[in-house]
Amino acid sequence: MSEIKEIMFNSDRLATDEYLVNMGPQHPSTHGVLRMLVKLEGEKVLNIQPHIGYIHSGIEKMCEAISYPQIIHLTDRMDYLSAHMNNEAVALCVENALQVEVPERVKYIRTIMDELARLASHQLWWCVMGMDLGALTTFFYGLRDREMILDIFEETCGARLTVNYNLPGGVMFDIHPNFQKRVKDFITYFRKKLPEYDQLLTGNVIFRERTEGIGHLSLADAIAYGVTGPSGRASGFSNDLRKHQPYSAYPLVKFNEILDHRCDTLARYEVRMKEMHESLSIIEQLIDNIPEGDYAVKMKSVIKLPEGEFYQRVETARGEFGVYIVSDGKKNPYRVKFRSPGFSNLFALNNMAKGHKIADLVAIMSTLDLVIPDIDR
Amino acid sequence: MKSFIEYIVSIFKGLWTLLIGMKVTGKYFFTPWKNVTQQYPENREKLVMFERFRGEVIMLHNENNEHSCNGCGICEINCPNGSIEIISKSILTADGKKKRIIDQHIYHLGMCTLCNLCVKACPSGALAMGQNFEHAVWDRSLLTKVLNQEGSTIAENVKEE
Ligand code: SF4
Ligand code: SF4
Repeated sequence: MSEIKEIMFNSDRLATDEYLVNMGPQHPSTHGVLRMLVKLEGEKVLNIQPHIGYIHSGIEKMCEAISYPQIIHLTDRMDYLSAHMNNEAVALCVENALQVEVPERVKYIRTIMDELARLASHQLWWCVMGMDLGALTTFFYGLRDREMILDIFEETCGARLTVNYNLPGGVMFDIHPNFQKRVKDFITYFRKKLPEYDQLLTGNVIFRERTEGIGHLSLADAIAYGVTGPSGRASGFSNDLRKHQPYSAYPLVKFNEILDHRCDTLARYEVRMKEMHESLSIIEQLIDNIPEGDYAVKMKSVIKLPEGEFYQRVETARGEFGVYIVSDGKKNPYRVKFRSPGFSNLFALNNMAKGHKIADLVAIMSTLDLVIPDIDR
Repeated sequence: MKSFIEYIVSIFKGLWTLLIGMKVTGKYFFTPWKNVTQQYPENREKLVMFERFRGEVIMLHNENNEHSCNGCGICEINCPNGSIEIISKSILTADGKKKRIIDQHIYHLGMCTLCNLCVKACPSGALAMGQNFEHAVWDRSLLTKVLNQEGSTIAENVKEE
């Protein structure tokens, strides 16, 4: 007894050491094979060092050996939740290089697909966000609604995640006859279900306590780290490429860029929740007005890009995705570089989570919405 | 005193938000027919995939066991993963000319990413995407298939290479 007393009151012996803990690569809340070396003092996070590359697949190198239409099936596999947008970036880049104008119908279809993919991605993010904070129920509700979007994809594109739907010059198939009806059904259905999301999680007192004021990322830091997408917009960084550099049918639709200046985890959460409403309204504006026409322009069977460098960026569900192609006039690119949003967003984590508890680290990481193949690629 | 009242109020407010959440889950608890879970292995018989669903590459054969592949090899070139190998052979036609036709259209399902490029590229429409998705086998070699069925011949009206 006396010994315990001595330990308790003798601060020298109670002094905590700093120690290093590996979080991952097999940790449920890292959402993939991400390893972080976390320096802790007790439960307090002092420093985070992400170690990436566990599932590096060399996609950029592989692209150098294959032709442009073939690249698209690889970009599916980087950020698999934004497969449509990734594919579109490559397709747009090739189209711009060849100065091909795609039919209006293609632009409409692409935009609707992008927004559906964004919704599906945000739904999954919402499920996992709840689950990371201990609310397992959200997982079932989110996946239930996401299923409807995946069914739409499956019916029109032939696959649920790795859709491979955009091609240079158009899309793979015309939309399925049921497509418009299904999408409209989904919009009416999901409009009713979104308030349920708020009741389940947004208002929840435990959730709010764990997110409000946690993980502050200032505007200056967001810009310095290149944090784009909803995570950047929650710090007041106006970076929505759909607004600033509109592509496809985005110039034709009215929507708001959601900005928040609170910079914390809750802000990042709410930006995404509001973006779902915006996506629904974008789809609603387009779905009834899909113009008649071809779903693809006829491209040469061997696509060769002129010599030079080409860059195209699009807004995926996670932020700015860029494709940089260097061509030497052959049918394979000389070099391809992808700018993936997850990579830049991940490295802002140290800045956000420093000084918080390790449980908050999980919450902060959730709101960054990381997809590991997007980082490792 | 004031902060104490605020504390008590916040407890009840917090509890109320929990109750709102439980209302949603409770609603589904008492209306189980709204559940959407598919009983997968049991509903195998009735499970219909969408017609465009990409499960595997197949070669279309008609009722006379004829396909329309002329062995041109375009699908092989278009495949990003090298999942297709075309082995052709030359035969003598009835009028004494030499002609190359398909011997074996080899398809490695294990290397295929189901990208649909081969189906799209085939000039004679010989390939299609099958809906079967249960591909588990005991041995990897079983994933290599010969797509032109045994004894099949090339259909009459297919244009030559
Ligand atoms: S399947 Fe089609 S593309 Fe492939 S060898 Fe036969 S005809 Fe040519
Ligand atoms: S679907 Fe794609 S990966 Fe599979 S065999 Fe055809 S071209 Fe190759």
